Order: sequence, then structure tokens, then C-alpha cells
Amino acid sequence: MTPNPTIFTPLLIASLTIFAWGCWKRFSLLSLGKPEERFDNVGTRIGEMLLYAFGQKRVLAKPFGINHSIIFWSFLILLIANTEFLLHGVFPWISLMKLPDGILLPLLLILDIVSLLALTAVIIAAVRRVISPPYPEARTFDAFFILSLICILMLAYFGINAAKISRMQEGALVLAKTWMPVSGAAAGLISPESGAAVYSVAWWAHAFALLAFICYLPYSKHMHIMTAIPNCFFRRLEKPNTVPREDFTVGKTFGVDRVDSYSWKDLLDSFSCTECGRCQKVCPASITGKPLNPRAVVHDIKVNLLENGALLKKGSEPQIPLIGDQGEGSVSVESIWGCTTCGACMEACPVFIEQMPKIIQMRRHLVENEAEFPEELLNLFENMEGRSNPWGIAPSERTKWCSQLQIKPFEKNTTEYLFYVGCAGSFDSRNKHVSVAMAQLLDKAGISWGILGKDEKCCGDSVRRLGNEFVFDKMARENVEIFKERGVRKVITQCPHCFSTLKNDYRQYGLELEVIHHSELLRNLVQDGYLKLDKTTSEMGDTVFHDSCYLGRHNDIYDAPRELLQTATGAAPKEMERNRNNAFCCGAGGGRMWMEEHVGERINLTRVKEALEEKPDTICVACPYCMTMFEDGLKDVNAAGVKVRDVAEVMAEALLR
Amino acid sequence: MLIVVCIKQVPDTTQVQIDPVTNTLIRDGIPFIVNPYDTHALEEALRLKDRFGCKVAAISMGPPNAEATLKKALALGVDHAILLSDRVFGGADTLATSNVLSAAIRKLQSDVGEVGLVLCGKQTIDGDTAQVGPGIASRLNYQQLTLVDKIVELDLASRKIRVSRKLEGRHEIVEAPLPVMMTVVRELNRPRYPKVPMRLAAAEATVEVWNNQVLKLDEQKIGLKGSPTWVSKIFSPDRASGEILGDGYADPDGTAEMLIEKLLAKDMLPI
Ligand code: SF4
Ligand code: SF4
Repeated sequence: MTPNPTIFTPLLIASLTIFAWGCWKRFSLLSLGKPEERFDNVGTRIGEMLLYAFGQKRVLAKPFGINHSIIFWSFLILLIANTEFLLHGVFPWISLMKLPDGILLPLLLILDIVSLLALTAVIIAAVRRVISPPYPEARTFDAFFILSLICILMLAYFGINAAKISRMQEGALVLAKTWMPVSGAAAGLISPESGAAVYSVAWWAHAFALLAFICYLPYSKHMHIMTAIPNCFFRRLEKPNTVPREDFTVGKTFGVDRVDSYSWKDLLDSFSCTECGRCQKVCPASITGKPLNPRAVVHDIKVNLLENGALLKKGSEPQIPLIGDQGEGSVSVESIWGCTTCGACMEACPVFIEQMPKIIQMRRHLVENEAEFPEELLNLFENMEGRSNPWGIAPSERTKWCSQLQIKPFEKNTTEYLFYVGCAGSFDSRNKHVSVAMAQLLDKAGISWGILGKDEKCCGDSVRRLGNEFVFDKMARENVEIFKERGVRKVITQCPHCFSTLKNDYRQYGLELEVIHHSELLRNLVQDGYLKLDKTTSEMGDTVFHDSCYLGRHNDIYDAPRELLQTATGAAPKEMERNRNNAFCCGAGGGRMWMEEHVGERINLTRVKEALEEKPDTICVACPYCMTMFEDGLKDVNAAGVKVRDVAEVMAEALLR
Repeated sequence: MLIVVCIKQVPDTTQVQIDPVTNTLIRDGIPFIVNPYDTHALEEALRLKDRFGCKVAAISMGPPNAEATLKKALALGVDHAILLSDRVFGGADTLATSNVLSAAIRKLQSDVGEVGLVLCGKQTIDGDTAQVGPGIASRLNYQQLTLVDKIVELDLASRKIRVSRKLEGRHEIVEAPLPVMMTVVRELNRPRYPKVPMRLAAAEATVEVWNNQVLKLDEQKIGLKGSPTWVSKIFSPDRASGEILGDGYADPDGTAEMLIEKLLAKDMLPI
């Protein structure tokens, strides 16, 4: 049976119909999502898409990514051959062979080599999935089925060409063997008599594999072939370090407990997941044995959308709850509370899926609509709302840390920098030492600075990440009001959570501040000669630096604290195995600071042990939460000899003692 | 059955200071909160509402700004919120206060329905008298159950309630026929957190205000005139100011030693 348009054409039409139907069924579900603006800065978006989707920049960030990139690029190139194949099947007179030799021959060479590359990569992928899968559940029918189809496609491609070559005469034969070395070699296995039969079999094998691929694509995880590229286009151009605001009007529900409360982009995210598992491999909750798995969260949103989509389109109630213990398609309450909002998942995801905001939006539903949350949080919420600090300490005690110092209040039009001390810096007995060190350094540098004192309020980071947007909204408005009224423009923070909230979250409230983290400020003060060191400190011994998620991953500040430590101690700090944008969370972000950790290994212990691997005398941090988590963790592993110091304390030690 | 909860707006006492000259509380700029014990009374009433489907009314006597307190109660789910506010109610001691509250409860009984339970916090954190609840009970001739830390049983059919009272070092199980007035302690329950949709609705709701034209009480029995109690002086007891000893952070061992020596010298360590 040779290529036969009367048989092939109906098959192709049927396949394309199945494909189109699958695409329509799925993509039309995106219209269930809420509106969200992702069409700004088209130029930048196109550039990013070229870099990350076509350039595979993030895919290549992991060693095995090269294998995927080879398959992806081969896929793009082989689109030429496959399109020709389909057209040729319907209209036999259409053929690449009609191209002039100058184009045809190099093209054949490229297709031949690329097919071999693809075949090799697919086999490697299949073998890896068998012997060491990215994660245990990755050995799915879906994955192996598609890999087999691609494998058959490539083999059939060689089969077709080899069969053709086997029947060629002298001149053409030499030419073909030169420009199609792989197919040419394969032709040696085929006798001229069986050539025609082999051709037929290979052609139909290729046809069926290709049609099966087309039919199956929209119904499998390989739909990402179509969605990943637009997903890179529509990604948040700024770091996804905040969550969208909520509109508090009567009669609304809050947060997300059904898929159609997400935005269309959230839904597109769920269709774009390649199930590569990179997010779960860096997630501190997943790694330490908590029920949260960011890949599963994205997958469950997709399953939920597919299962409930038809009902939701009709305006009916969803059948499978989005939040609950119903298995696939539902996200458990425990996993929702497990997130430290460290952002590692989003940093790792090759297709820019934004997992963290989705989790926070589910928290919002639990907190705001249901008032259901771990009981430890009740006090926190009340303290934050009533006294604007996590511990519920009287606001009048906010200035106790500096009762022995001469500190000026921030004055409108006079003071340049507001030193926003933060709750930990004001109330936490360990962190007050950092505030004192900062005050001394700022004075030493001779810059104009002041504090709000008793009028300072909590920035609201924890309540926002915990999904209590209602209280955050109140706190943010109050703070924005205070800042505007006092004419604050430049703010120094010693806490990355204050830093990120003031800088990124308050922008949503129309407040553009120049916020500077103390590690950057101190580094700049040294660079610009305001702080002059004539000696380094040896007090600290060997140091290792831990990146805070909200300083590093969420705000890209990696070098300033390191440079500062280098200046103060005379040696660069050691690096832990996971550092910079790959650093492992201390476990306190996302409001987890205020919650118990009952399941699995404690996140801070995991990180403390990793730090101790480097045999440091001092673990250096740039965040009050990290400080607490390390201090606690060190006690638990009985490593009392190891100190924890904030970068400002190290600097003060070098400069002032 | 209607459950009435009496709540009071109090200054957040951890933030209150006393003016040494006038001997009065400095209330300026101090945030108000719902008296903490009252939040437990409110919670218990709402739990009974959830269980038995009864209605809950929250009442509070206070200045117009005490409306905020009642809005909090509305956000938590009470059915009626009534502010008892009138200049002539002002300056009341516990006797005059319980007169006004009792009158309001009587009015609720005739307007809304039969009152089975009145719940109050065991005391307020600003006055600390623990007299208003019992005062209401005597005025209304209800059974009074004070310091309740658990409702063991509530039998609406036979109109009986059995509760546990938390006394020093022991518990007492008491049974009484309805209607009763209970004062409650913190151990009774864990107050719920308000849901946002209800908060928003509460913010827009109007709190009913009853003044003395509504309650029609004899002016001699309410407010300052009806208050036999006089506060002659409020003061914070003198306390020797502390001293910062060493630097426990830089030198924990040395500081601990200094502390021990100091305590030994004062004969404060049992050896
Ligand atoms: S933000 Fe961090 S903790 Fe949360 S899901 Fe992502 S990796 Fe896990
Ligand atoms: S969410 Fe992103 S990182 Fe996680 S499995 Fe899907 S594609 Fe991979």
C-alpha cells in the first residue's frame, strides 16, 4: 500500500477534527477565568518569549534540560518535513523534492541529522524516565506513549528515505548517501526488491504515528507544546513577588475556592505545566515531607478545570471542590498552609508558572470567607489588627530598643532617610541588637535619618502572605497614609519582608518609595566613602552567608550582603551548596514564622545542617526571620559554638569595636 | 428563645496610663477593644445559635462611638445589636449600669421574644468589679451562674441548664432553671474570627440606638445620679524602676554571674 490520498485524506481530516475539538474544548475554558492585564509591553514580551520559549533559557538551567531542548528544536525543524509529509499525503504532487538542489540538499542533510539527534534524545529521555525519573510519579503512560510516538516517527522517517535510496541508481545514490548519511546507511539494510514494501510500511507507520500525535496532543500533558510558548509571552514581567489586590465590596466572595475565580492566566498556567517536577524538587515544603507539592497544585487546578469546566460554562456549581481532600483535582488544606512563599518554585519553572500567588489566593478564601485557619494564627491576626505587630505588644513599646540611644524622629522636609525598624527590630530581643548596630552605623556614616517611633506600624507582610488580605489592606492604607503625610521618600529597612512589602506591595496603593535594604545601603556607604574601615574583624571567624528569599529570589539582591561581609571580615563568605537564587528557605516566610511545623523534618533544621556542612564559625544573615530560624535551629542541633550574625552586626563589629 | 449578650467597649488597658496629676485614665489616642471576657460570652451565644437556632442580641451601654463594638458583634453573626446611649446614662456605676441593661433586656423580651439566657463576661478589664452581671440577674430575678467555664448541658424542652463554674482550685457543676444570667471566663471557648463578607455587611449596617426616651427610666436611678459609688482616687502603685545589668548578649555567662551575686546579696536565692 503506497501513499494513497483517498485513504489518507479522510484520516487526516478526522485527526485534525479531533485535534481542533480537543483544543477548542480546552482553550475555551480559559474564558471562565477572570480578566487580567497581560498585554502590556508587547515588545519586551516577544523578546522574553524568544529567549525563554524558543531559546529555552530556563530549560537549559538544569543539565538534563539540554535533552529537552534538542527535542524541542528538532521538533521545530522537523515541522518542515512533517508539514510536507501531510500535504504530500493529500496532494501527491507537493514535494520537497521539487526544490532546487541548492536548497534541497542542505535541507535534506539537516533533516537527516536532526532526526537522528531527536531519536537519540527521545531514547535517552525514555531510559532516564525508567532508571532515574525526575520524580517517582513521572513514569506515566502519557510520557512513554508520546516518547514512543516520536521514536516511531523518527524511525519511520529513516525507513521512508532508506527505502527510497535503496531503489536509486548510481548518480542519485551517491548524492543521496552524501546528503542523507543516516538514511543512506540504513538503506544498506534494505534489498532493492523489498524497497517498495519497506517504503509502504514506513510511510504508513509514519502517517499513523503523526496522526496519533496530532489527535493525542491536546488531551495530554504535551499540550504544553502549544501553551508553553504563549505562557512565556504572558508571564509577569516583574518578579512575581506580590499578589493582586482584592476589592472589598459588599456581596462579594473572597479568595479562590473554585477555578473560575482564578484569572485566565492562572488557568493558562495550569495548561502549560510540563510536569517536569523542577518546582517540587526545590520546594522546601515538598523536600521536608509536607503535603504541599507545587507541581501537584498546578496539576490539580488543571484537572479541576477540565472536570468542572462544562458545568461552570453552563453557570452550574462545580462538582469537584478545588479545596479539599478529594484527591486529584482538589488541593488539600494542609498543602495550602504549607507554603513559605519562598518563590523557589517560580524561579525554577521553565515556563514561568506562578504557583505562589495561586496558593495565597486559596488561603484568602479560607481566611476571609470561611475564617478557617490553623489556630496559632488567631492571635497573630488579632494582634496585627489591634496593635499592628505580631506579638500584640503595646505600640508604646516600639521605641524601647533605642531608649539608651539618641535617635531623632523623622521630620518632614528635613530628614532624608526614614529608618523603618520593623516589628522584629523593635520588639524581638535578639533583633534589637541589629537595630542598635544599624543606628550606630547610620550615625557613623553621618547621613540624615530618623524613625517614626511609636507611630511606626507593621508593614503587614505576614498577614498578606497568609491570605488575610482584608487586614493587610487596612494596614497598607494606614501606612501609605502615614508615609505620604510625613513626606517619606527614602526608606531603609533591615528586614527583607518590610523591604519587599514597602517596595513592591505598596506600589499597588500608589506609593512609590525608594526602599533600600540595609545590606545595600551599608555596601553603598562603604563604596562611597561614608563608612571607612581601617581594619577588618576577625571576631566572626569563617562565615557562611544565607540568602533570604525575600531579598534574593524575590528582589534579586545577592551581591550586596556578600560584598559587605568581604569588606568587614576581609574574606568572602563561604557558600552553601544551595545559594543565591537556588538558596533554600529558612522556613519562616509566608507567615510560617507564626505557625507550628508538625509534619516531616523542620525546614530550618534542614537549612542549619546545610550551613554546618561548610564548618562556619558564624552564619551570616540579612533578615530577622532567618536570624530566629537559625538561632533556634542551632540550639536544636547543639551547635552552640556557631554564632548567627546579621550583616549589620558584622559591619559594626569591624567598624565600631 | 432569645439570648442576650452584654458587651462593653473598653480601652485597651495594656496601653492605658494614668495621669499622675488628675488621677484619671489617659484615654486620648488609646484604641478601644471589646472587653475580652465579653468576646467569650458572645462566642458561646453564637455557638448556641448554631446548635439550637436561637436568636442572639448584643447590647452595650456606652457613648455613640461604642457602635464599633456592636458592629464587631454583628460581623460575628448576632441577629440584633442595640446601643444604649444617652447623656443621662453617663457616669454610671455598676448599679446604674445594671438598671439600664435590665431595662433593655425587658424591652427585648417584649419586642423580640422570650429571653432564656443573658451572658456577660465575668468582669470588665477597666472596672474589674464583676458586679454588673449579678446586678442584672437580681434586677430581672434570673438565676445567676457566675464564672462559667463550660455549659455541660442545655435542655430547652425542660428549660434547664447545667454548667461548670471555675472556682479557685475546683470546679462546681450547677444546674438551674431558665432564664439564667451567666458570667463567663476565658476557658469557656475560643472566640471565632469574623468572616470578611459579614464584616463588610456589618460595616454598612446601622446599629439601633435606644436612649432614655425609649427606655423611660427614672433619671434618679441611672447615670451619675443613680450611682452611689464614688471613685475618690486612681493611681498606679510606685514601683522601683529596674536597672540594666551587664550585657547578656555579648557576655551571657558574666551577666548571669552578676545577676546571681546580686540576688544572693539581697537574700533572694534559696540556698
Ligand atoms: S513558594 Fe516555596 S514553599 Fe511555596 S510552593 Fe513554591 S517552592 Fe514551595
Ligand atoms: S509547574 Fe513548572 S516547574 Fe512545576 S512541574 Fe510544571 S512546568 Fe515543571
